Amino acid sequence: MKRIIVCLKQAVDVTQLKVDPATRQLITASAPRKMSDFDKNALEEAVRLKEKNAGVEVVTVTVASEEAKTVLREALAMGADKAYVVNDAGLKDVDTLGTAHVLAEAIKKAGEFDLVLCGESSLDSFSGLVGSRVGELLSLPQVTSARKLSVEGDAVVGERTLEDSIETVKAKLPALVTVTREINQPRIPSLMMIMKASKKEIVTWTLADLAVDKAKLASKIEVVEVLAPKTERKRIRITGESVAEIADKLAKALIQEGVVKR
Amino acid sequence: MSEGKGVWVFSENADLTLEMLGKGREIADKVGAELAAVVIGSNAADWANELVKYGADKVYLVDNAMFGRFQAEAYLSVLHNLVVNYKPETVLIGSTKNGKPLAARLATRLEVGCVPDCSRLGVDEKGRLVGERITYGGNAVAKLTFKTKPQIVTVPSRAFEKPQPKKRSGQVVKLDLKAEQAKTEVVETKPLETSSVRIEEAEAIVSCGRGLEKKEDRVLLDELAAVLCGQVGCSRPLAEDRKWFSEWVGLSGHKVKPKLYIACGISGVIQHVAGIRDAKVVVAINKDEQAPIFEVADYGVVGNLYEILPALKEALKKQLQ
Ligand SMILES: Cc1cc2nc3c(=O)[nH]c(=O)nc-3n(C[C@H](O)[C@H](O)[C@H](O)COP(=O)(O)OP(=O)(O)OC[C@H]3O[C@@H](n4cnc5c(N)ncnc54)[C@H](O)[C@@H]3O)c2cc1C
Ligand SMILES: Nc1ncnc2c1ncn2[C@@H]1O[C@H](COP(=O)(O)O)[C@@H](O)[C@H]1O
Repeated sequence: MKRIIVCLKQAVDVTQLKVDPATRQLITASAPRKMSDFDKNALEEAVRLKEKNAGVEVVTVTVASEEAKTVLREALAMGADKAYVVNDAGLKDVDTLGTAHVLAEAIKKAGEFDLVLCGESSLDSFSGLVGSRVGELLSLPQVTSARKLSVEGDAVVGERTLEDSIETVKAKLPALVTVTREINQPRIPSLMMIMKASKKEIVTWTLADLAVDKAKLASKIEVVEVLAPKTERKRIRITGESVAEIADKLAKALIQEGVVKR
Repeated sequence: MSEGKGVWVFSENADLTLEMLGKGREIADKVGAELAAVVIGSNAADWANELVKYGADKVYLVDNAMFGRFQAEAYLSVLHNLVVNYKPETVLIGSTKNGKPLAARLATRLEVGCVPDCSRLGVDEKGRLVGERITYGGNAVAKLTFKTKPQIVTVPSRAFEKPQPKKRSGQVVKLDLKAEQAKTEVVETKPLETSSVRIEEAEAIVSCGRGLEKKEDRVLLDELAAVLCGQVGCSRPLAEDRKWFSEWVGLSGHKVKPKLYIACGISGVIQHVAGIRDAKVVVAINKDEQAPIFEVADYGVVGNLYEILPALKEALKKQLQ
């Protein structure tokens, strides 16, 4: 094995998102960004494979329409050797297919590889499509939703949890694997690793640097609206002098609602 | 009813196929199209006939011993071949761990859009499919439609009701299609031990979060759930970090739709709440009166779950007698 590519997304930190209560619009522009959490697991897995197989290089690829350097610095501190970012204003409205086209071209340009690792889904859009789309564009065998991974000779072996079974799947390299959170506990880089990372290289490309067919980047999806869900709950507080009284009132209310079977 | 207007459903999962046929029927009727199911399998002729009763006008049956179990490239190439030949306008694919990558790859081969995990589906005034999905970690619901055809969506389990079977007529089209060579090999499968009853089916759920101090204390929830003829659920940290449960409710877990959901010792962050949007009545029990769960509950009790749960169990028993 020589090179592992990790597709790393800089995502909106959904736990810090604010909503405008009047319009129910999300305030995404000023929301903090971070490395998408499943992608962090993918990177951790790549770095562990590198530690087991001398001479392997871990390269991250990111498609962004804005600055993503802090996330890439973190990736380099965790053990990636090199980070590529495709940053272009033309990427503002791309959908999962457009993103996949750009990623696929960037991966090809980054050099020969044995393994592409992605998160199962990204923290903010949570679509779970981009990994499989990239694999399809690169004609790679895919092991999706892997919660365990190993490389055995010229093949990758992954364990996946399906709805009713656990499956062990083998694919010849080069292959694409998407990972779940259970696969590992990502490391927190030490100060030493952070210092070392500042010497590593971040390469920025624009669309002009890639062999992407611009016509293919037009979004196939139209966004009708993205709004905070309405909460239509009654919000009745049940109070009383004693626990028994509260319990009695609550039980009565639930029976009246008709949600308790007699 | 022209070819090329069809609404199709496909899933390797039987229940999900039926649920999608119910919704698919509705969509097909709205746009004046034919509803077709695709069956890829081995010895599947009976199943194909059965699907007509659930609303399919047509069933494309690709029956061969080699399709006995799901294989990504084989299933993908068959489905792709059918779509290219018969040009459906809309394709609903079951959002299972195998179905979702299948949809993503099909949409990529066809260079079209895909809207995953639609918990609601409708048709706009132009006859386009509109899918609703939870996004931004449960902070928002996105309504999305398509600029290209076929419109491909994935549909999660239990998002839609299974229709009642009826006596109706339909056509089963048997096709003999070659499949692309597999690129992966399944070396082992083990059954997963899951609770015999799926939590999505539960009419009442008593769910706990990090307010539960010890694994053994689960008995408090079990006892209340027994009185309610319901099941026990939990928030993600109890399953993922503490490993006291194997599954959880929420955005990244199960989306449930019980008549009654009782959240005990759950703070009620958006990722958890995204899983209980369709509960009829939500009760919150939390000792912190500022806990966000109270904002999304019908009935709220500020108090200690260790006191409230046994008392509620007794009160219900008494009043139900
Ligand atoms: C992308 C993403 C996806 C996620 N998906 C999910 C998901 O699907 N499901 C999910 O649940 N989480 C999910 N999470 C995690 C989520 O953000 C929260 O961390 C989690 O839901 C919190 O669980 P909790 O409410 O049990 O714990 P806490 O937030 O710690 O809340 C515990 C609550 O218990 C109360 N309490 C303590 N003791 C008692 C007592 N004796 N009596 C009564 N009340 C008491 C406290 O006041 C507190 O409100 C996700 C996170 C991310 C980033
Ligand atoms: N903009 C991006 N840059 C790099 N990788 C991405 C990007 N978007 C998605 N991915 C990868 O695709 C996976 C699935 O993303 P999604 O389809 O958005 O859920 C992520 O976990 C990443 O590994």
